[in-house]
Parts: sequence; C-alpha cells; structure tokens
Amino acid sequence: MEKVTLTIDGRSVTVPKDYTVLKAAKQLNINIPTLCYLRDINQIGACRMCLVEVKGARSLQASCTLPVAEGMEVKTNTPLLRQTRKTILELILSDHNRECTTCVRSKNCELQSMARQFGIKDIYFKTKLSPSKVDDLSPSIVRDQSKCILCRRCIAVCHEVQGVGVIQATNRGFHTTVEPAFGLSLNEVACINCGQCIQACPVGALKEKDDTEKVWQALADPDKHVVVQTAPAVRIALGEEFGLPPGSLVTGKMVSALRLLGFDRVFDTDFSADLTIMEEGTELINRIQSGGKLPLITSCSPGWIKFLETYYPDMIDNLSTCKSPQQMMGAVIKTYYAQKAGVDPGQIYSVSIMPCTAKKYECERPEMNSSGYQDVDAVLTTRELAQMIQQVGIDFVNLEDGTFDSPLGESTGAAVIFGTTGGVMEAALRTVAEVLTGQEAENIEYHAVRGVEGIKEASIQIGDLHLKAAVAHGTGNARKLLDRIRSGEGDYHFVEVMACPGGCATGGGQPIHTATEKMSTDFRKVRGQALYEADGQLKLRKSHDNPEIKKIYEDFLEAPNSPKAHKLLHTHYNKRDLYPVNKCN
Amino acid sequence: MGKGVCVCQSEKFKQLEQIIAEQKGQPGSLIPVMHDAQELFGHLPLEVQAAIAEGLDVPLADVYGVATFYSKFTLQPKGKFQINVCMGTACYVKGSQLILDKLAEMLQISVGETTADGIFSLDATRCIGACGLAPVMTVNNQVYGQLTVESAEKIIQEYLLRARRDINANL
Repeated sequence: MEKVTLTIDGRSVTVPKDYTVLKAAKQLNINIPTLCYLRDINQIGACRMCLVEVKGARSLQASCTLPVAEGMEVKTNTPLLRQTRKTILELILSDHNRECTTCVRSKNCELQSMARQFGIKDIYFKTKLSPSKVDDLSPSIVRDQSKCILCRRCIAVCHEVQGVGVIQATNRGFHTTVEPAFGLSLNEVACINCGQCIQACPVGALKEKDDTEKVWQALADPDKHVVVQTAPAVRIALGEEFGLPPGSLVTGKMVSALRLLGFDRVFDTDFSADLTIMEEGTELINRIQSGGKLPLITSCSPGWIKFLETYYPDMIDNLSTCKSPQQMMGAVIKTYYAQKAGVDPGQIYSVSIMPCTAKKYECERPEMNSSGYQDVDAVLTTRELAQMIQQVGIDFVNLEDGTFDSPLGESTGAAVIFGTTGGVMEAALRTVAEVLTGQEAENIEYHAVRGVEGIKEASIQIGDLHLKAAVAHGTGNARKLLDRIRSGEGDYHFVEVMACPGGCATGGGQPIHTATEKMSTDFRKVRGQALYEADGQLKLRKSHDNPEIKKIYEDFLEAPNSPKAHKLLHTHYNKRDLYPVNKCN
Repeated sequence: MGKGVCVCQSEKFKQLEQIIAEQKGQPGSLIPVMHDAQELFGHLPLEVQAAIAEGLDVPLADVYGVATFYSKFTLQPKGKFQINVCMGTACYVKGSQLILDKLAEMLQISVGETTADGIFSLDATRCIGACGLAPVMTVNNQVYGQLTVESAEKIIQEYLLRARRDINANL
C-alpha cells in the first residue's frame, strides 16, 4: 500500500494511504475522542466528537471518516475543538436519561466516561427528554430508548456484521429513534437474540433481560435443589469483570464463587459439550455412510438456529438434530442426575451461565422439555453472574480454586474449545477421525479451522474419506457460506456456524469493552487463545475419552443416537416468519 | 388484516409485484418503488412495506426507516379530502394554529390522522408560498386564503356535505 506523510499536532507520521486521520493519530498515541466509532464496524461521523482542525479546510472535519492525504496538517487539540466537543457532548447529554446510579452500564459507559473526561459539570441546554419507550418483550434483549444516543453502532452490527438488520433509525431530526419497523418489539421481528447490539452499545440503551432475581429466589427456596452449569467461554471472560486481564482462565474461582452463592451442585457445560460431540459425530458418520443430507451443520448456537429457521428455512434438514450443550445438560440433569442423586426432578431448579443472550430464548423454546419439565429454568449471562458475585461481596480474585461436582463435571479439551470459532469442528474431528479409522490419531490439532478469519475451509483425510469442512462465525459470514452451499459452489460434509463473530468467546452475554479497548485488543483472538491454552493443558483432549461420558452411555443412554439419546438429546426445528405479516401462502 | 381474501392476492399487490420486478437490481431502486407503491395504495402499510422488503431483498427496518424519514411517504391512508393547514411564518402569525386546532376538534382527529369514515385527513404543512393570502389552507389541490377560524370551519362543512351527497348518490 502506498504511504503518505502528514502532520498531526506538529508531529509527522507516515501511514498507508487508506488510513483515516483517527487511525493515523492512534499511531502517535493521540486518542481523539469518539462515541459512534467502532473499529471496522461503524465509521460514519455521526456523533461529531472526533472533529479535528485541518489546515485549509473550511470547517471542522470528522476524523473517523477523513482519509489521510500527503502533507495534510491536522490539529486535534485547540480551544475551538475543546469547546465544540464540549457543546456536542452537552447536547447529547441534554437528551439522555442520566439515571447513572441505577444504570446497568454505570462505570462501563462510554458517555459517562467522556462526560468525566471533558469535565462536564452543568448542562447548558435544559430540555424535556424526548418521548421514549422500553421494549422488554424479548426474552434476551431489553431496549431503553431514553438512553439511546443515536450513535448507530447497534444498527451497523445488526446489518453489516450479522446480516440481520431488524433495527434502523426511523423518523428524522429530533424525533429520530432507533427501533424495529413500525415500532414493533424485537420479539415481534426477525431478531436472532444474539446480543451483539448490546456489545456494540456505548451506553445502557441495550442490555440483557435480567434474570438474576429469579435465581436469587430459587437459591433462597429450601424446597428447591438448585444446580448450575457453566459454558466453556465463561471461564475465560468472567475474570475481566473483576479487573483480571482479558482471557484469564478462572475456572476454579468461578466454581468456588458459585458454591458461595449457594448452588447445590456446580456442573460443567463442557461435559455436555463432550456429549454433543458423541451425538453429533455419530450423526455425521451416519449421514456420510448412509447418504444422508449433507453438509451437516452444527446446532450449538441458538442465535444461529433462529437465523437459519428464519432466513434459510429450506436448509433446516441440514442442521444437526443435536440440541445445544446447554439443553443436553438440562435434559440430563433432570433425568440421569435426578435418578442418581435421588432428587425429585420437579424440585430441581436448573440454571445455566452462558456467554450468550440467545440462550435465554433457547431455554424457553416449547420443545425444550424432554425431561418432562422445562429442561433449563433460567439462563444468566457472564455479566449477570459477575453482578451476583459482586452483590454478595465475594472477593473473587482471591478465591481458592474449586472443582466441579460429579457426575456432570468431568470434561475434555475438546469441550473447552467449543467456546471459540472452529472449536466444535475441531472437537468433532478429533472424535470422528478415531471412530472412523479405529486408530488413535497422531495429530489432534486442526489449525486450519482456528483463527478469526470469517470463513475457514479445510480438507481432512480420514482413512479413505476426504472430509471437506467449513467454519463461519457471525451470521453475516454464515449467510455468505450458505449462499455458496445453496448455489453448489461450496461442497462440504460438515459445517460449523456460530452466530457471534469469534464464537461464544465474544458472545452477546460476555463482559463489555469500550470502542477504545476494542481498537487495540481483538477480544476474539485473546479469549480464543485462552481456550486453546486451556485445552492444551488438559490430559484428556478427546470427547470419547471422557470417563463420565463413557459411564453415562453405559448406565443410561445406551449408545450415541440410541432412541433414548434421541428423545433426550435431539430436537427439531421450525420455519419462522421473516416479516410480522400474516400471509395466505 | 381483515378476514376473507388475503390482501396479498389483491389486484394491487399483483401490480406492486410488477413494479418491483421492473426495478429490482437497479441501484437506488428502493425509493422509486416506494413512491410507486404509495401512488398505488395511497399509503404504505406493513403488508406493502414487507412486500417491498422481500421483493428488493432489503431489511424491512430499512424500508420503514425511509418511509418515516421522508414526509412524502405516509403510513396512514389519507382521506378523500386532504386538508393541509400552512404553518409557515406568515400564516402562523396570522393565526393558522388556531385554525388547525379548530379543524382537529371539529373532525375529532389529531394532526396527521384520518377520520374513521376516510373522508378527511388533516396535516400541518410548511410554507406553500402563498404568504400574501395568509392564513392559508389547501384541500386537495384547492387553495383557500385569508381564512378565519369560522370561514375554515365553514369550508370543511361544505366538503362534508358534498361527501355525504356523493355517498347517498351511490347508494
């Protein structure tokens, strides 16, 4: 790439020609303030906080959209700029519901920190707040328009990254709001509940549906036997809520904290991730050997499932019939565990801790009751768990390491990597390769399916079989991959899709980081790497080697894909309406 | 939607499909299609916007965003007689707000709405360039100037009588 040299605040910098002034300034460690900017996702110059003075320009310029040019002279810190930015900030604040003390994003709010950074003490513009509403009908996501600052980051993520596009800026001028068509609820339109909009929101306008109170009540109820399961990706992100560096592995502390909160049993979704591999691996082998529908597409991610049901219903038969690990665990807890422990399943209250907001929706799907009860009763995000731990005053960072309870607490490295894009694929390949060849594989690491590239492809020789695989993360990438498959251009045996970019590691329920932090850290990479390291440290790294998995098949499920396994661990899917309109056909 | 034949089977929807088919794939086709659809249906209800979204393969939220951004598009069906009261500076200082309020009270609708019988819709408009006649209102394409609250009310009464005569004649 051709380079250009420009001057920013009197310092010279040479950068590629396609840089913006904002990005060039970053090279000099000059942090120009931004609110609407989100690296690679939203660069539209909407908020005007990033204005700079450019020599020869008639007016102030938004640096997030301004391309660099040879010899350009930029100033980022002048009395005019400071005053202008302050005025802009005051205007935004004048129509923002400033109930900071009761806001979920207090101390993690980009608007709040900016107001502090600029020393805003009083807001000159006195006005009545715009009429606004709260949409809390979705089981996953709550939208509070009174906090929205119209930065449009959520819109960009929903449209450009996820290829969903159910929210948009509507009306104009002072009446502008961000909402679904016709002011409908997110629950009434084709939202996939992924929660990536929450991750993008700089303020408290988007948050998860808070289910902590339900869980507190269950914990306080002496008649309830409260069990909890924790997803793979929670253990490498929860620590961030307590000031630990991104990607810190806190499995043991997390288990101890859950015990202190009062859960009767602490189980690991990693166990049911191993179970998923047994079921899904068997399904893949059967489909290949018996000429079944291919490619087989993974079904662990409920946002992804809803996406396919809505946008690609013609491909429902490609989906694995396997429930997600959360739901498999839910079904096993209220049957296998209940029998073993001699507990009435009706008294079990089953909670799961997930990096995900779509899991809240998944547990309420009407078909998720194969145990005879709702299989999972409540789902909390990583953030909600952190909030509960803080509420009790647990000194998380200094906790001793605890271990999961038996029999649903043992797991392998294959299960741990479920938490990152490519992980389910790799875990499945580790088992499928050994089942098909009957021999122990020398190499169990499949680096072709690792990493954050949007779509990854791999061909793997397993005995006589030349297995073609593809991995996509983020439903926008999934859309591209499915279009390739539909047109016949992409021909695969096995496809993994995760709804969120980066997979569960950067799911909608994970700790939220600011646009500035995301500018310097790729959390998909850091957290994903932490999961691969955790896998590497384990002795058992293949799902079929998990002794508790062997035992559950011996004692209870008979064999992978047995009728009993099918009843408890598999499910079916439904075509969903793309538009909230009744049509005759 | 009402009972009986589904709206998407109607003649107008077939015409809409035709309009979409002709313009699909052309850059910037959304607004022209919406414009044609509004001509055809008189307004852009959910069913029409969903058909446009599906036909042009754009998110419904985008169609709705455009429909609410431009004041030429309307989500509500307009009345047989569309009343526009000018809120430009000259008309406003000459009391057009009082006229608008009176008509809203008389028709028992808010500004931007249509009467239940579909006869009148009432809107406030920006300057229409007839400041010399202020205060001004238009009913469809007819301009009425130098209004008072009373004369405006009388004009609308006459339209109402005319509409009733037309209805009776068609019985």
